[in-house]
Amino acid sequence: MAANRITDETIEYIGILAKLALSDAEKEQAKKDMGRMLDYIDKLNELDTEGVEPMSHVSALENVFREDMVTNGDMREALLANAPGEKDGMYTVPRTFV
Amino acid sequence: MKPMDMTAVELGTAIREKKTTAPEALQAVFSEIDRKEERLHCYITLDREGALRRAEAVQKKIDAGELTGPLAGVPLAVKDNLCTAGMLTTCASRILGNFVPTYTAEAVKRLEEGGMVLIGKTNMDEFAMGSTTETSAYGPTGNPWNAAHVPGGSSGGSAAAVAAGECFVALGSDTGGSIRQPASFCGVVGMKPTYGSVSRYGLIAYGSSLDQIGPLCRDVRDCAAVLEQLVAHDTKDATSVKRNDTDFTSALGEGVAGMRIGIPRDYMTEGLSEAVREPVLVAAEVLRDKGASVEPFDLGLVEYAIPAYYTIAAAEASSNLERFDGVKYGYRAQDCEGLHEMYKKTRSEGFGEEVKRRIMLGSFVLSSGYYDAYYLKALRVKALIKAAFDKAFASYDMILGPAAPTTAPLRGKSLQDPIQMYLGDIYTISVNLAGLPGISVPCGRDGNGLPVGMQLIGDSFSEKKLLRAAYAYESARGAFGICGEVK
Repeated sequence: MAANRITDETIEYIGILAKLALSDAEKEQAKKDMGRMLDYIDKLNELDTEGVEPMSHVSALENVFREDMVTNGDMREALLANAPGEKDGMYTVPRTFV
Repeated sequence: MKPMDMTAVELGTAIREKKTTAPEALQAVFSEIDRKEERLHCYITLDREGALRRAEAVQKKIDAGELTGPLAGVPLAVKDNLCTAGMLTTCASRILGNFVPTYTAEAVKRLEEGGMVLIGKTNMDEFAMGSTTETSAYGPTGNPWNAAHVPGGSSGGSAAAVAAGECFVALGSDTGGSIRQPASFCGVVGMKPTYGSVSRYGLIAYGSSLDQIGPLCRDVRDCAAVLEQLVAHDTKDATSVKRNDTDFTSALGEGVAGMRIGIPRDYMTEGLSEAVREPVLVAAEVLRDKGASVEPFDLGLVEYAIPAYYTIAAAEASSNLERFDGVKYGYRAQDCEGLHEMYKKTRSEGFGEEVKRRIMLGSFVLSSGYYDAYYLKALRVKALIKAAFDKAFASYDMILGPAAPTTAPLRGKSLQDPIQMYLGDIYTISVNLAGLPGISVPCGRDGNGLPVGMQLIGDSFSEKKLLRAAYAYESARGAFGICGEVK
């Protein structure tokens, strides 16, 4: 059962990876939801995929290159206008070290 | 004929022939919105004043002979995950509740260049994650044919707006069926083009290897006309493909004589409701009468598409949604002790339940120790699914089946059991995994008057064939019509 793999520590760890702060109730729910979903996903193990290359992209395109040139105009003011915090043309955030 | 009784192409023609004008067409749409929007809630943002200005500007260009395209002057609605410069773009999420983009998505820009008039942004499942438009942070949308039922999702607002006459054409996005399934539930034509055909520049990403933008329309001819304007190579999207077969309208009337159509036996088994099966099989008979050969075959691997899809989509979502951190745009949580807490609090308060569920699942399947067992396994299964389609298209021009196993469910019944909801994606999801084009066309109604959609799936770049078959069927079926009064 995949559900067994989802321990309290796993949920803590996923919270760090996903940058989410979960309440205790949310953690319990997440454990249950993820366990059920992984049990379902385990269905894929019925298929023998030995020797099958993982297909990350269906497109036949190879790497697409372009010159590293700026083509859009200066949108600094407009972009900063969307920021929750701005000062002297820069984004402001809460202090990094507490 | 009044504007509201016309298709988008008919309206465009009437405007060019000076039988009506772009502002008049807009007023017709507004009057439908006035009558229905309170009950349906198709839109998150409506920009009436801006739309009127745009309609007047377009009309001037039409009068001056500068805009001559088939869709010039036709009102357009756009799903709220496509960026529109100066117009709120929320992705139906609290975290983007105040986000006003500085640029317009390429797909929207192309339709505006063709003279279409943007009127607003349609409701959707938050970040396109859902099948009912009920995960929207701004409240659900009703199905125009019966407002107690969902319109489908995630492009539910777009589908409902077209079906209710609250616009003539809408753009949606399709990551696992999010255009075709709501089109089926609302009785409109919805198409997901081949991956890479429509630029994703300005589409707020969910699952980048699966996402594709496409139209929701009143009929197949409208769909072809919109697609013709949409499909183009764009250097701003590195997955954009160069195509030179984009005269989609030209092929419409060529019929289906000699076409080979396969119906997957594994689509028509248990799990498919009788109310859907019957009209889909009747539609297949219509195509047979028109000269196509129609036969059942075994596609294979159908039951593995959903687990593979949700692994891959969640993985890509967890990565794509990392950018929402409360720094550059959108919501930021208050009273945070330091930067890291600000990230976590912002995201926890800003994202809804289903979005968090998928971000967590995605973070898990990509995490060290589980990456091979889950993520790479899903990518291997994806390769097998693609191979199954390749095999099918060696024998058939296209695949015919339902778009969804049921008609639109009642509101308030789907979100309690996520896996049960995911199972509803069974006929649409593998199309995204394999990057194929698919179209849903209305083919009947259930006992409650709710629409049923037939889905046609083609090999990569075979949109013309799909549109031809869809048009042949639609011509035989007769008009499906939009919904005059909301029940």
